[in-house]
Amino acid sequence: MDTPRTSVSRPRLARSAARRLGWLSIGLGVAELLMPRAIAGIAGMRGREGMVRACGVREIVTGIGILTARRPARWMWVRVAGDAMDAAALSLNHGPRLDSRTAIAAIATVAGVAALDAGCATALGRIERRGRPLGRDYSDRRGMPLPPSTMRGAARKDFGTPADMATPALLAPWPPSASRS
Amino acid sequence: MKALCWHGKKDVRYDSVPDPRIEDPRDVIVKVTSCAICGSDLHLYDGFMMGMESGDILGHEFMGEVVEVGSADHKLKVGDRVVVPFTICCGECEQCRRGNFSVCERSNRNQALAEKMLGHATAGLFGYTHLTGGYAGGQAEYVRVPFADVGPVKVDNGLADDQVLFLGDILPTGWQAAVQCDIQPTDTVAIWGAGPVGQFAIRSAVLLGARQVIAIDRVPERLSMARAAGAITIDFEYESVLDRLKDFTAGKGPEKCIDAVGMEAHATQSLDALYDRAKQAVMLETDRPHVLREMIYACRPAGILSVPGVYGGFIDKMPFGAMMNKGLTLRTGQTHVNRWTEDLLNRIIEGQIDPSFVVTHTVSLADGPEMYKTFRDKKDGCVKVILTP
Repeated sequence: MDTPRTSVSRPRLARSAARRLGWLSIGLGVAELLMPRAIAGIAGMRGREGMVRACGVREIVTGIGILTARRPARWMWVRVAGDAMDAAALSLNHGPRLDSRTAIAAIATVAGVAALDAGCATALGRIERRGRPLGRDYSDRRGMPLPPSTMRGAARKDFGTPADMATPALLAPWPPSASRS
Repeated sequence: MKALCWHGKKDVRYDSVPDPRIEDPRDVIVKVTSCAICGSDLHLYDGFMMGMESGDILGHEFMGEVVEVGSADHKLKVGDRVVVPFTICCGECEQCRRGNFSVCERSNRNQALAEKMLGHATAGLFGYTHLTGGYAGGQAEYVRVPFADVGPVKVDNGLADDQVLFLGDILPTGWQAAVQCDIQPTDTVAIWGAGPVGQFAIRSAVLLGARQVIAIDRVPERLSMARAAGAITIDFEYESVLDRLKDFTAGKGPEKCIDAVGMEAHATQSLDALYDRAKQAVMLETDRPHVLREMIYACRPAGILSVPGVYGGFIDKMPFGAMMNKGLTLRTGQTHVNRWTEDLLNRIIEGQIDPSFVVTHTVSLADGPEMYKTFRDKKDGCVKVILTP
């Protein structure tokens, strides 16, 4: 059988990456909510636990958005915006001490994640604009000798539903088939 | 001999194992000519089914030639070509006599284990955990077939392997799923999952006279295969399943719903799917029942839900209030294969259905481990894989 194809691997890859980033968002958000002091320590933001918790809520909402949206590209852009906010907050907090190792590592990490998020958001946006991929065409694989409209009911001529699988007449919510067909 | 063996999550190997031998006078040994990877094998591959042991031979869809026959009187003789149903049944117990072959009371060798898990033991199955008897499977060069005077179906040499192989599982499974719906000519039948069982359920629903068949999936090639049989398709990644089902049924919902997905629903665009993923990850839930929830919600009151999709353990947050108040009927179970094989073989011979349409990949048994990955990830347009030893 002839099986012409178009690429479906890229959309799947982008969607799969988005799903992973969505779960990362939720995981990070839960960690920020439950362990704000530890996270603030790692990021060099001691004393800003309230802000870390707020970021946690944002991460969870974004993660749920990415994972539940039919078109997740816009939620990926929300993640990018969140990354920008994180980078700004880190820069402002560290201020004159921007040369410290902790600050540089934290900002570099956020920048790396932002690049990944932006790449994924761009790819998803392109896919969403293009519409669904076609994949291989199996429209010639009918499995029946004639068109479905002709085959409809072909087995009813010589097949009856076994008694243990049939709806008892008294319980049937509709008139029996004989009177309806 | 060579066989595909399970060694853990996502670890299937092409191993050398001892040849099977006759253990009971009713046994036969079958030299496998074709076998297949089933969607339910993926539940083993993904590590979601309990009761597997390292080294277990996989596979429950197979056919071949009888090469050795036990001493008891047999309907089979050496040289017969047979398709072997995945359910092992004695043919004599009360359930077998009623035609409920998948709950045979005698063929499960690990009854005590199964009773602890399920309350009662169900039939033995080939290559499908020690809860169902721990029988060696058919993704191998040779298989021992117990109670061989009951299960195996003799087939003519005029039919190709790929036309009859699926009599052992997915064709009767799709058929029973539709039969359980007691389809009427005015019915809309909605089928979740357009994998191999879903494809056969679609064709069965058409042959049994459903007015309208709707297939729900997200894999483009599977949806195109569903449309080939006249189904209307819903791509759940791009469309709202509930809204579309209402559109197609004047707001009333389908009368009959079939779950051909089972325990590993891949839906992501809903909170309940996220909830299942999170709970499953921390082992607080074994199965992801998104499709069951959606069917209960979508089905027209007084409708029927048919569940051929495999579930393995415990599910959570089922809307049983909706189920009860809507007066829905739920019909489930592994397939009573031998109830349908004679009738379906006749339909194949008459040309009413040609099951070979579903085969997209035919490779050697040695390539099996790689094909498990391809099939699982639905890559390369993969819908159904046949392996040839």
